[in-house]
Amino acid sequence: MIALTFSRSVPRYLASRAAGRVAPGLVASTLAPLKLGHVDEPDLPGPGWARLTPTLAGICGSDLAMVHGHASFYFGPLVSMPFVPGHEVVGVLADDCEDLPAGTRVVLEPVLACAARGIDPPCAACGSGHVGSCERTANGHVAPGLQTGFCADTGGGWGEVLVAHRSQLHALPAELSDEAAVLVEPLACAVHAVLRAGVLEGDTVLVTGAGTMGLLTVAALRDLAPGARVIAAAKHPVQKREARRLGADEVCDPASATRHVRLATRALMHEPERGQPWLAGGADVSFECAGNPVALDTCLRATRARGRVVLVGLPGASTIDLAPVWHRELELVGAYTYGRETGGAHTFDLAIDLARRIDLTPLVSARYPLSRYAEAIDHATDAGRLDSVKVVFDLAR
Amino acid sequence: MYETDRRTPPVLFHYGEGFRLETLPAGSRIVYPPEPVPALRDERGAIARALDEPFEMEPLRALLRPDMKLTIAFDDISLPLPQMRQPDIRQLVIEQVVQLAAEAGVEDVELIVAQSLHRKMTPAEIRRAVGDRVFRAFWPERLRNFDAEDPDDLVFVGTTDHGEEVELCKRAMESDLLVYVNINLVAMDGGHKSVPVGLGTYRSLRHHHNVKTLLDSNSYMDPRHSALHRSTERMGRFLADKLKIFHIETTLNNEAFPAPYDFLSKRAFEWSFRDQATYLALSSGLKRMKPATKRKLFHSIEAPHRMTSVQAGQTDAVHAETLRNVHRQQLVPVQGQTDILTMGIPYVGPYNVNSVLNPILVVCMGLGYFFNLYRGAPLVRPGGVVILAHPTEREFHPTHHPSYIDFFDRVLAETTDPAEIEKRFEADFASDPWYRHLYRNSYAYHGVHPFYMWYWAAHAMDHLGDAIFLGGDPKTVRRLGFRSASTLDDALEMAKQTVGLHPSITHLHCPPLFLPEVTP
Repeated sequence: MIALTFSRSVPRYLASRAAGRVAPGLVASTLAPLKLGHVDEPDLPGPGWARLTPTLAGICGSDLAMVHGHASFYFGPLVSMPFVPGHEVVGVLADDCEDLPAGTRVVLEPVLACAARGIDPPCAACGSGHVGSCERTANGHVAPGLQTGFCADTGGGWGEVLVAHRSQLHALPAELSDEAAVLVEPLACAVHAVLRAGVLEGDTVLVTGAGTMGLLTVAALRDLAPGARVIAAAKHPVQKREARRLGADEVCDPASATRHVRLATRALMHEPERGQPWLAGGADVSFECAGNPVALDTCLRATRARGRVVLVGLPGASTIDLAPVWHRELELVGAYTYGRETGGAHTFDLAIDLARRIDLTPLVSARYPLSRYAEAIDHATDAGRLDSVKVVFDLAR
Repeated sequence: MYETDRRTPPVLFHYGEGFRLETLPAGSRIVYPPEPVPALRDERGAIARALDEPFEMEPLRALLRPDMKLTIAFDDISLPLPQMRQPDIRQLVIEQVVQLAAEAGVEDVELIVAQSLHRKMTPAEIRRAVGDRVFRAFWPERLRNFDAEDPDDLVFVGTTDHGEEVELCKRAMESDLLVYVNINLVAMDGGHKSVPVGLGTYRSLRHHHNVKTLLDSNSYMDPRHSALHRSTERMGRFLADKLKIFHIETTLNNEAFPAPYDFLSKRAFEWSFRDQATYLALSSGLKRMKPATKRKLFHSIEAPHRMTSVQAGQTDAVHAETLRNVHRQQLVPVQGQTDILTMGIPYVGPYNVNSVLNPILVVCMGLGYFFNLYRGAPLVRPGGVVILAHPTEREFHPTHHPSYIDFFDRVLAETTDPAEIEKRFEADFASDPWYRHLYRNSYAYHGVHPFYMWYWAAHAMDHLGDAIFLGGDPKTVRRLGFRSASTLDDALEMAKQTVGLHPSITHLHCPPLFLPEVTP
């Protein structure tokens, strides 16, 4: 089969990292540890597994961080190489999989937790339904990999075939388009983040970063916390437009986000000699969706004392002043993936239900065949500036 | 008034902290300010006479008694423009008032800067205005800025028969005599506008500093046809029953620029060789200067303004004489309106002394003050175009204009319509606790101030077909709701889309300030 494969190559990884600073277009070319070619289809690791042929596979911020050489080394033990990237996947089952017959259109829940790994009894987290917090993602009969798309045994969405466990599959309703379905995985992350945040009626909420995750967080907030006042910090016109469409009450430039929150909450503002201003008062909850230290700094400074800052974007290694966390007793909350939420519903079911009620298709801005992967990655890297949100690989072509 | 022909040299346009030389099409009119009228030979003597021989009141010395409470309020740093050479007129007047009070044995004397919702003056600025002697004697216990947000120093006086609430400085209201010292730079200033505005609060000002009133002020440089002045007059007369006010008003000639900058006041064809050399040296120097250095240079210019009259006594009687003296210096007859009015916006306006003329203040200067410099009819016809030259960069003074930054980023991003802005945003800004804190404890204009600056331009926005910012930063100008052009030729071509192919063009050479009396 044809697939894009990410291999371990320290020189290429470092070359990508260096090139990314001066010529982002080069990172997906010959310099990158990413290669398009023929590879063997992955074997079925065991019972409950089936082959899946992706229709659309998204390019996510974490994929870009990896390609650009900015991924955190923290994840090293939870990745096995070489692997086929791609964890935002909508596709069709090539085999029967327990109760799902071949031909079923499904969306992939990529976390490779205890059930997929044949670990029984499951870890404490999986036992309580929090598969995103699985403690055994480097164990079992599947190679290490926190998700499909980072695991040498399963293939990924950026290839013609991958293998998936029944626990990873969610059948899709017919009315949900492939474009909407490919966004179900990041939407589930957004839903989970909003539920983790515990937003209350009347809260003022800041969302920084208006890429796919930020925009879907806005949509999730509008649905799950309708009484909140949502302020989205968006840089590019398309992001501003979509943030409004998906339910942001107010949209501002990232550079003026703190002032905007101040005005909305009638807080006082302090302006230190160095660094960003900070608020006495401010947002009740902030969502950092860009994985960007400057945006996180903004959230820490624009959130009221004892408020909550939710990390939705993947943060890498960075230097950041944590004095606001200490001084204002902020809660710093991570929001990684999904699982069983309070009340018993599965995050993916909530996300699929929400995806049926809102129009996500405008967020899929460009579709590329695998053969044009360099262009696709270049486009995704500069999505905002190119008036785009989500760039996907179209494997049905 | 001068009409250009093919031999007319390029004309100087003020351009913020710089200049442009522009060639106007032949047949354009240039309206120049009049020559300075002679100043008073003996300013101190004239002040003494005014205090001894006031209009429709007893002499000041007869109003003073030892056990009284006396408050002296005076105009703030927004007047005059540019700041005048020392001694400042306020110093000359206040020194004599204080001397009379001392001779009468008045002990309870307090001096208050009547800056209303403007930023407070720094100690150095106050010292410059009142002089060393007065400053040393009164600062800081008995010489201070007014605080329109200090609940302990405000009193609600009542409501006019038009429902206008009058809330004023408590110290002034509780005084046996309030002496108000004014500098009447333009016809808008002074009279009943001094006390109810200068010592008034947002609660009072909102009754006349609003879109409806300013649209009905044609123009606010002509009090006879100004709803703004009708409102302040009602407030002033309402106060007159409850507070004894001794008004002292002064007028200036229009010597705005000292040598070597005096070429800025001259007609283009009058420039001497020295003027041309000075212009070239200054222009080339400015190009090499850092922005902060340029700003420092410009704001260090001290106008050689001289006093042309001083009158004291009852407000209405005094102000009638004041306006006569303002008109004596500033009125210029102009026959007929124009299709296109061009103007250069200088580095300084009333609200950026020692500060930045930010984009909102540029709009206020061009479409507020300069557009409204008329009696009779606007210089530009209904549906005409104003071309104003200014770099209009997105630059704000963070200490002086914090609410302006949010007005630009938040309010103008939503709408530029003055009425909608007033309805949706004014109340929140006016009551915002951070702006209130900065107004009271720092040197910030009140939270509502940028709204007033925008409303100041409402009449022009309503009257004009277009406004084009010559040399303005396109992105910033777009946020303001207008268009920019990089050259005058481009601006004129753009204007022709609105006013037709063969427009009449008039250039307003300002400053120095003057008042065209336009016969349509």
